[in-house]
Amino acid sequence: MCGIVGLFLKDKALEPQLGALLTDMLITMTDRGPDSAGIAIYNASDAAHARLTVQSETPDADFADLAEKAQAIVGGPVTLSRRDTHAVLTVPAGTAEALRHALRDVAPTVRVMSFGDSLEIYKEVGLPRDVAARFDIASMSGTHGIGHTRMATESAVTTLGAHPFNTGPDQCLVHNGSLSNHNVLRRKLQREGIHIETQNDTEVGAAYLTWKMQNGATLGEALEASLDDLDGFFNFVVGTKDGFGVVRDPIACKPAVMAETDQYVAFGSEYRALVNLPGIETARVWEPEPATVYFWTHGATETPSKKAA
Amino acid sequence: MQTYDLEAEGLRGLNSALQAQTAETNQTSWEIVNPRGSHAVAVGLDAPIEVTVKGSTGYYTAGMNKQATIHVEGSAGPGVAENMMSGIVVIDGDASQYAGATGHGGTLVIKGNASSRCGISMKGIDIVVHGNVGHMSAFMAQSGNLVVCGDAGDALGDSIYEARLFVRGSVKSLGADCIEKEMRPEHIEILRDLLEKGGCDAKPEEFKRYGSARQLYNFKIDNAY
Repeated sequence: MCGIVGLFLKDKALEPQLGALLTDMLITMTDRGPDSAGIAIYNASDAAHARLTVQSETPDADFADLAEKAQAIVGGPVTLSRRDTHAVLTVPAGTAEALRHALRDVAPTVRVMSFGDSLEIYKEVGLPRDVAARFDIASMSGTHGIGHTRMATESAVTTLGAHPFNTGPDQCLVHNGSLSNHNVLRRKLQREGIHIETQNDTEVGAAYLTWKMQNGATLGEALEASLDDLDGFFNFVVGTKDGFGVVRDPIACKPAVMAETDQYVAFGSEYRALVNLPGIETARVWEPEPATVYFWTHGATETPSKKAA
Repeated sequence: MQTYDLEAEGLRGLNSALQAQTAETNQTSWEIVNPRGSHAVAVGLDAPIEVTVKGSTGYYTAGMNKQATIHVEGSAGPGVAENMMSGIVVIDGDASQYAGATGHGGTLVIKGNASSRCGISMKGIDIVVHGNVGHMSAFMAQSGNLVVCGDAGDALGDSIYEARLFVRGSVKSLGADCIEKEMRPEHIEILRDLLEKGGCDAKPEEFKRYGSARQLYNFKIDNAY
C-alpha cells in the first residue's frame, strides 16, 4: 500500500501551518503503511545559502564536530541545526553538492538525506505520529511539502529505505506501488556511475530520474520517460524547489485524490487525508489521470495547474 | 428518521445497526453525518431501507448491498457498490476506480464521472454514469448494462462476455473482442428505461451499443472440456 500526502500552498498566510497540516494528513494515512515515515519540506531560502539535511545512527558523536569538518571543506561559515537523528547544515551558496560528495569520506557514518537551497528531508522507521513528533514537523513552516508512510514490499524497513528520496538539488520523490524491473535497472544505472545505496525499488526510481536529468532531461521529461522505462505500479509525487508534480502509471491501480482551492493544491492517497484542510468542503476534488504528468509551481505564471505533459 | 454521527459513534456501530434492519423495520430512513472519507460505509445491508450519506466516502461504500437504497451526497472512493445484489446506490459526485465491480443486480447511478475499471466483471448490475468512465471499464463484463452518458476511456469492454455497453460520447479505444453493435428497437427500450432510472436527461437514440464479438478462447467449442 503506502500512503502519500502533498500540500502546495498558494496562500502565504497558511505557510506557518504547513508542517502541522502535513503532519495531520500523514497521520491519517497511517493505516496505509506503518513501517517508516518521512517528510520533505520546502521553506524560505536566500541567495547566499544552501543546505544539506544529514542523518546519523550516532548523532551525538557525528554531529559534534560536523560543522567544523564541513567548514574545512567548503571554506566558509557552516551552521548546524540538529533535530533528533537529523541535522541541517547551512552552507554558502554553491557548495552543497561538493560537500555532499566530500562527506562520504570525512564523515562516512553520516548520510545525506537531501541537498539544495530550500529542501529538508526528515525520515525514520516508525509510525507517522512518532516520526513527526521526533522531528517536530508540526512546528515547521514552508511553502510546500510531501509526506510518505511506507508499507515495505521490496526491501528492508530501514531509514534509507524510507521515503522521500532525494533525486537532485531541491528535488525529491515519494512512491506508492512497487517496481518490478528495479534490479535490472539498478545494474544499468550503476554501470552509468549512479550511486545507489540500498535494495529499495523506489531508490532506483529516484536514481533513474537523477540519471535522466543529468543527461539533459527536465524533470517533466524524466517523468514522461519513466512511464516507458519503469515496469510495475507507481504513483510518484515529486517535489521541486518551487512546486510539486504528480504522475501515475498507465494502469493507475494505486489511489490518488487531489483537491484545489484558492489557498492550496493538495494530494492524498485517499480523500480521508484531506478532510481537515481548510475549505475542503468547497474544494475542487478530482483524481489525476493515468500516464499524465502534472505540475503545480510558484513560477512566474500564476496558472495554478500547469500540465507538463 | 435515524441520524448517525459516524465520527462520534464509529463504523462498526453504524454497520451493525444498518445490518440489523429487517423487512419489517420501522426505521426505514437513515442519515449518516460526518463520513469524512471513511471506508466501508453502509456495507452488507439487506433490508428495504433508505440511507443518505451526507458527504464523501472512502473505499467500498455500499458494498454487497441488497434491497437498500443508498445515496451518497458527495464522491465515493474505490469499489463503491462492489458485488451489489439488488437495491439502488446513487453517488452525487464522482466514483473512484472499480465502481460496481462484480455486481450481480440492482442499479448504481453515478452523477459525476467514474474512473478506471467501472463495472469490471459485472454480473447483472445496471450502472448508469452521467459523466465519463476511465480505462478498462466493463473488463470481463458478464451480464448487465453499463450506460455512459459521457466518454469512455481506453480498452472499453476488454474480454467482455455478454453485458451491454451503451456510450453516448466517444470511446478512446475498444478492448479485445469488444465491438460496436447494432442498436435495435429492443435496445432502445432497455436504454430508455435505464436512463429514466438513472435520472439522465439523454435520448437513447444518441447512444451507440458495444458488446462481445464472441471470438475469444472461451467462445470456441473446441476449447470446451
